[in-house]
Order: sequence, then structure tokens, then C-alpha cells
Amino acid sequence: MSLAARLNRLLLYVALTVAAVIIVFPILYAVSISLMPPAEVNTFPPRFVPSTPNWANYADVARTVPVGRYLLNSLVVSAAVTLGQIATASLSGYAFAFLRFPGRAALFALFMSTMMVPWEVTLIPNYLTIRSLRLLDSYPGLILPFLATAFGTFLLRQFFLQIPRELEDAARIDGCGRFRFFWSIALPLARPGLLTLGAYTFLNTWNQYLWPLLVTNTRLMRTVQIGVRFLMNEEGMQYHRIMAGVVLCMLPALVILLWGQRYLVRGLMAGGIKG
Amino acid sequence: MRPRLPEPAPRARVRWSERLEPYLYLAPSLALLAIFTFYPIVRSIYLSLFLTDPLGRPRVFLGLQHYANALSSTFLQSMGVTLLFVLYTVPVGLILGFVLALLAHQPLKGTRIFQLIFSSPLAISAAIGSTIWVMLLNPVSGMVNYLLGLVGIAPIHWLTDPRWALLSVGMVSIWLRLGFNFVLMLSGLQNVPDELLEAAVVDGAGFWAKTRYVTLPMISPTLFFAAVVGVIHAFQVFAEIEIMTAGGPSDATNTVVYRIYQVAFRQYEFGSASAQAILLFIVMVVLTYIQFRLGERRVHYQ
Repeated sequence: MSLAARLNRLLLYVALTVAAVIIVFPILYAVSISLMPPAEVNTFPPRFVPSTPNWANYADVARTVPVGRYLLNSLVVSAAVTLGQIATASLSGYAFAFLRFPGRAALFALFMSTMMVPWEVTLIPNYLTIRSLRLLDSYPGLILPFLATAFGTFLLRQFFLQIPRELEDAARIDGCGRFRFFWSIALPLARPGLLTLGAYTFLNTWNQYLWPLLVTNTRLMRTVQIGVRFLMNEEGMQYHRIMAGVVLCMLPALVILLWGQRYLVRGLMAGGIKG
Repeated sequence: MRPRLPEPAPRARVRWSERLEPYLYLAPSLALLAIFTFYPIVRSIYLSLFLTDPLGRPRVFLGLQHYANALSSTFLQSMGVTLLFVLYTVPVGLILGFVLALLAHQPLKGTRIFQLIFSSPLAISAAIGSTIWVMLLNPVSGMVNYLLGLVGIAPIHWLTDPRWALLSVGMVSIWLRLGFNFVLMLSGLQNVPDELLEAAVVDGAGFWAKTRYVTLPMISPTLFFAAVVGVIHAFQVFAEIEIMTAGGPSDATNTVVYRIYQVAFRQYEFGSASAQAILLFIVMVVLTYIQFRLGERRVHYQ
């Protein structure tokens, strides 16, 4: 390898490393602070790493703040919204892709037209609806408004359209009913689509902020994001404890990123419009 | 299973249950969308024409008064803040995402690790990222001012100085969004055919010429998509502002969405807030339309 090529490669590694350090620094620093003995936080000059890891911060924050409950709430809400969207969107996506019926084009246009409408426009009426149903501070209040989206329908329709129609004809000759074809042939074939919609919806719901802020008032109904927001009020300036809470709250999403990046990326690219 | 003919039976003989079937597939989505999307849109428009009581019931018909009030109030200032925020965050975010993707796309050992690190902000929610940055940007004990102090820069009051607050929130927002932009651009780069790049090298193109005349046009659809999505996202920024500045100092970060939240859920003026939400929607539609008009001509589709 020539000297110029080696120098180029070295420069590239330097640039990559500098960028990586800057990007990941806030995350690693939060982890580092979460392990610091209280006396080492807020010192001047600030410390980068604790002298010895102080795991007690995690126990302390878990004792005063119901972090486990926050995580459970977020898990319940995100899982329910994800499963609900997969169910509603696979049915409607399949109908638009495979079935012929009067009004199909008009209904599809109606679905698609809602993709442009931002959530600010629907936020206030939805809040009033949920409040009048007395669903504030409840799981249904956090879940119901997000169980069906035009985006999910559209995404899964695109996946169903890739299934050859001849397959349906063949199945029906063999005596396979419509719903059975949907359930045991079309759905398994659209698995990548379901996973894409699932990963995207789960992360989006997990990260939701404004809606849970509006509809939860009691501490025990808060989702992770709202719990994090109130950590600063509840723990004062005790950054070691705040960061212990923050780290506990960000672990699940980091795990999901490592595990489902492929599906996540696909979902983000398809769904960025509603991001 | 009863045997069926492959072709549908003549129309008259199709049973009503079979004609109804497609609508049963649509029913769950349609019902939920009707309650939580179609009806709210109509109700927002309706509420925006009324003076509402704190329970959200329309009381006095005002016509377009809310809209007129908004356009002669600090709403326009909030719109200015929002546009400035878009301007601060979207171009820089796109450029950084593109540069990082270029760096991490080179055929080197260990790029997988860098790719994972560069996409890591994807897993950080706005609430968590903002909380971490509030600590980092603390004017007294924060790491950012400490590091700047090492090179002789005086402490900056990032979140409480009106000159800096919007820039600071923008910076955090760019970081939060970097994972998304990076991942998007990287998959754009991975879709550029190798033959094209090799042909450019055979023709004597260096790295810059290759990037400028082959890579950039080839991924322009991705760039365009990222720009449109980025603008829509920046328009709706909320958590960062709510956590880091609460719209302050002296309204320097009071974006339209944050303002709507205040009017609706702090002052309980649902009618006025609805009118402002609809105005925001109109501005977003117009901007997206302009982007498509300007962008489509420059984007190279295969």
C-alpha cells in the first residue's frame, strides 16, 4: 500500500474516531455520572469517570422513584399499541391489496389523506374525548387513540401487494376460504412487513411524550418519558441519581436498537413522514 | 371448507355475507380512525370558530376571530422562532448525516462498530436526551463549559441567555436526530451501484469528483426525503423545549407547538389553540408543497 493511501486511511480513522467520541459522549457520560459517589458529582474541575463505581445510586433512585412501574407502563402501552396496529393494519391493508369492493378507491383516498394531518390538529379533540370518557390516567387512555393509523395500513398494503395473486387463486381452487388465506398464507408471507411496522410503532410509542404528559396526572400512570421529565423536579440537582434513573430508562431502547436495527431502519425510512 | 369455483359466481348469486366481508376487514381501522382522526379534524375546525369554556365546550360563536387574533398577536413571533429553529437544525443535520455516512461507508475494518455508534442517538428519546444535555449545559458545573474553558472560552449560559437558548435546543435536537439522518443516508449510499463508482474511478475521478458527480446525484432522492421529513419533524419539536427551556427565556424558544400546548392546556383556551393548530397545519402544507416544487426538479430519479 502506498504511503498516500496509508495516510488517507489513518486520517479516515481519526475522523471516524473523533465523530464517534463526540456522538457517544453524552450517553457514556450519563452512565459514568450514574455510577459516581455523590461527593464526586458537581466538583470542579468535573470528573469524567468515578473513582469506584457506586451502584447504590441505582438502588437509591429505585427506592424513591417508581422506575420499575414507569418501565412497566411504557411496556404495556407500547406492546398494546404495537399489537393493535399490527392487527388493524394487517386487516385493512389486506383488504385494500386483495379484495375488490365498491368504494375501495374512495376509502383508500380517505385513509391516505389523513397521513398529512399533523397530531397538533387532532390533539385537543382527542384529549377532550378521552377526558369525557373518563379515561385520563388509565391504560386505555394512553393506548386507544393510536390503535389504528393510515400509515400502518399503507405500509402493510405495500407488503401484501408483493404477494402474487395467482397464489390466492390457487389456494381458492384448493378450497381455501378468504379469511383462511389471509390468516395462514398472506400474513406469514408479509412477516417482514409486520416486523417493520412493529419495530417502528413500538419505538415511536415508547418515545411518545406530549400525549402521556397530557393524559397522566398520577405518578403511577406515568410512562418512562414522563418519569424522566419529572426526575429533575423530584431529585433536585442530584445528577448521580437523575442519571441512574435516565440510564435505567434508556436501556430497553438501546437493546431494541441492537436487536432490531434492520427492521427499525426499514420502518423509519417508510414511516419518516409521520416521525 | 366448502369447495368454491375459482371465478366469482355471477353477481346476483353472491351472497350478502360475502359482499359484506371486505368491509369487515376494514371496520376496526375505519372505526378507530373515525373516532380519533376524522372526527377530531372536524371538531378542531368547529372549535376554532368558538369561544370555549375551560371544559372545551363551545360557548360564543366568533367566526374567524381567533384566526385574526392569532395573526395580530405574538403567534407570528412564535412562527418566526419555529422557522428559525428549522433553519438552524435541518441543513446542519442533513450535512452531518451525509458526511458521517460517507465516512462510515468506506471499505475499512471496523466500520460496523462506527456505524452502530453513529446510529446510537436513534435509541435516545427526546426526553432522555434533553435531560442529559441539561446536565451537560449547566453553566456552572456542566461539562461543555468546562471543556470550552480549557481553550479559554468564558462560560456561556446556554439555556438562560436569549441569544443562545434556541441555538442550544437546536444543537441537542440535531444530536437527537443524527442517528436517523445517518441511517437514512447510509442506506442511500449502500444503494449506489458499485459499477458507477468504479466507472468514475476508471475515468480518473478522485474522491471529491466521485462524490460530487456520482454519489450526490445518486442519493439526491434520499437527501430530498430526509429534508422534507426533517422540516416536518423540526416544526413539531416539543419535548426538548418543554424540558430544557419551557419556551423561555423571554419567549426565545416559544415555538408554535409549545405555544399551542400552553394556550390549550395551561390557559384552557381550546378554541384559540385549535385555530392556531390549524394555522400551523396550513403553513406546514404550504412549506411541504414549496419543497416539492423546488426539490423535485433537482432530484435525480433513476
